[in-house]
Amino acid sequence: MTAFLLRRIAWGALVVWLVATLVFVVYFAVPRDVARLIAGRQASEETLTVVRARLGLDQPILVQYGRFLGRLAHGDLGESFVTQESVNSIIARDLPVSASLALGGATLWLLMGVGAGVVAATRPRSRTDRAITAIALFFYSMPSFLVGQLLLFFLFFQLYLAGFEFFPPGSYVPFSENPLQWARFLILPWFALALVTGAAYARLTRGAMLDALGEDYIRTARAKGLSERRVIVFHALRSSLTPVVTQFGIDLGTLMGGAIVTEVVFGLPGLGREVVQAIGKQDLPVIIGVTILSSALIVSANVVVDFVHSLLDPRVRT
Amino acid sequence: MNTATVIRGRGPWQLAFERLRNDRAAIACIITLLIAVLVAIGAPLLALLTGHSPIEQYSETGLSATGIPVGPGAEFWLGTDGLGRDVLVRIAYGTRISLLVGVVASGLAVLIGATVGIAAGWFGGAVDNFLSRFMDAVLSLPFLVLALALASLVGPGLGVSIFLIAFFSWASVGRVVRAEARAIRNREYVQAARAMGASNLRIMFVEMLPMVSATIIVYATLLIPAAIAFEATLSFLGLGVPPPTPTWGNMLADAMAYYKVAWWLLLFPGAALLGVTFAFNLLGDSVRDALDPRHDTTIATSAEDE
Repeated sequence: MTAFLLRRIAWGALVVWLVATLVFVVYFAVPRDVARLIAGRQASEETLTVVRARLGLDQPILVQYGRFLGRLAHGDLGESFVTQESVNSIIARDLPVSASLALGGATLWLLMGVGAGVVAATRPRSRTDRAITAIALFFYSMPSFLVGQLLLFFLFFQLYLAGFEFFPPGSYVPFSENPLQWARFLILPWFALALVTGAAYARLTRGAMLDALGEDYIRTARAKGLSERRVIVFHALRSSLTPVVTQFGIDLGTLMGGAIVTEVVFGLPGLGREVVQAIGKQDLPVIIGVTILSSALIVSANVVVDFVHSLLDPRVRT
Repeated sequence: MNTATVIRGRGPWQLAFERLRNDRAAIACIITLLIAVLVAIGAPLLALLTGHSPIEQYSETGLSATGIPVGPGAEFWLGTDGLGRDVLVRIAYGTRISLLVGVVASGLAVLIGATVGIAAGWFGGAVDNFLSRFMDAVLSLPFLVLALALASLVGPGLGVSIFLIAFFSWASVGRVVRAEARAIRNREYVQAARAMGASNLRIMFVEMLPMVSATIIVYATLLIPAAIAFEATLSFLGLGVPPPTPTWGNMLADAMAYYKVAWWLLLFPGAALLGVTFAFNLLGDSVRDALDPRHDTTIATSAEDE
C-alpha cells in the first residue's frame, strides 16, 4: 500500500518536473531577447546589461536551468518581469478566487450531473430519460465560454434591462469579507462551469448506472426484498461512482489551477485570467509559475484519486 | 415479418449501417452536417449573393450614424459587427475554419493515437509501459494553459491550432485503443498470423487494426466536436486563427464588447457553433450505438417500432 502510494507520488513529481523543463526550454532556450522585452524598445545597451545580470540571463543556459530548478525545489517561482511582484504572492492572491469558483462549481455539477444521471438510468427509455440525455448532450456540446456568454446575456443583461441587477459580472468579494456578496458574484460563473461539466457527469453516471443495474448482484439485492431506493442508492450507485471519482479528481485539479475561460468571460481575478493576461504581456515567470502550479494540482488530484481507488478496490494496488 | 422473407447473411458493418439508417436522430445530424459542409463550400457564393466580402468593413451602410452595428435586415441578413462587417458572410467563412480544424486535427489525433495504442497493446512489456506512461503524462498536462502559451510563443495560426489540438487530444484515443489491442493480442487469429511469420507491422495494421476500427470510428466522431470547441476557445482567447480571418471563436470574442447593443453578434455565431458540435456529438452517440447494440437503448426502441 505504502509502496504503491510512494510510486504514484514519485511518478507525479516526475510529471511536474517534465512540465517545468518543457516550459523552461520552450521559453528560455528559444533565442530571443528577454531583457529587451522587459526593459523596452528604447533601453540603452547598459540598461540591458544590468537587466541581464540581475535576471542571470548572461549565464550559460544550463546554469540558468540549474538555478531555475533550485529555486523551484524551494518553492520559489521567481518574480514577474512586468510588475516585479513575486509569483508566489500573485498565486496566493489569485488562488482563493479560482478555488472559490472551482469548489462551488464542483458542488453544483456533482449534484446536477450525478442526480440527473441516476434519474435517467433508473427510468431507461422513458420520456424523462430522453429529456435528460438531450439536455446533457446540449450542454456537453457547448464550449464553456459560450455557456458563460449566454448566461451573461440572458440572466444578467436581460434581467438588468427588466430592472433587476441580480448577478453583475466583473467583481469578486472574498468569502471572509461578505459571504453573501461572494456568492452573488459567483453564482453565474458557478453555473457556467457546472452546466458544462455536469453534463459530462450526467452522461458518465447514466452509463455506469445502466451497466450496474444489469448486474447479478442487483437482482440478488432485489430478490432479498430490499426497497428499490436502497438497491439504487446503496448497491447500484455505489459501484457506479468509481468512474465519477476518477473524473472528479482530474476536473477539480484542473479547475483549481484556474478555469481560464470562465474567469475571462466573467472578469474574475483568478489564476486563469492572470495567465491569459501574462501571455498577452509575455510575462514569462508568471506563465511558467501558473503552468507548474496547474500541473502540480492535477498530479496531486491524480494521486488522491489513486489512493481512493486503492481503498475501494484492492486489485488496483499493483 | 412473415416466413417467406428471404434471409440474407449480413456482416457487422452492414448491420450497423442499417441500424444507423433507421435512426431518425442520426439522419437529422447527417443532414445538419451536410448543410454545414455546403455552407463552407458555398461561402464565396454567399458573398457574391449578398455582395459583401467577409473582411471588408462597410462603414457607410454597415454602421449606424453613431457607429453602432446594424441589426438583421434586407441589406445585412444577419446584421453587422462592430466594424460594419457582414455577420452572415463571416459565419459562412468561419464554418470553413471550424470544419477544417475539426476534421484535420481529429484525423491527426486518431492517426497518432491509434498507432501508439496498437503498438503499446501489441508489443506489451517495456514498450507498453513506456508508451502508457507517456500517454498518462500527456493527459495530466494543463492543456489549455500550455496550448495558449505555446500558441503565443510560435505565433498563432491555422497550422499551429491544428497541431496543438492534435497534440493534446491523441492520448485519450491512444489509451482506449491500447486497452482494446491488449484484449485481442492473444486471440487465435493473431497468434496464427504470428506463427506464420507475419511481421510486427503486418500483425498490427492488417490483423489488429480492423478489430479496433469500430472504436476508432466512434472516437473520431466524438473528437471532431471537441476539436471544434477547442479551436473556438483558442480563437475566443485571441490565440487561434488571427483576425481579420473570420472564425466562430473570434466572432464570439468580438461579441463580448457588443452583446448589450447587438444580440445578433452573440446568438448567430453561437447557434452555428452549437448546431455543428451538437450534431457531431449526437451522431457520435448514434454511431456508437449502431456499432455496439448492447450498449444503449435508443436504437433498440426504434428498431422495435419498425
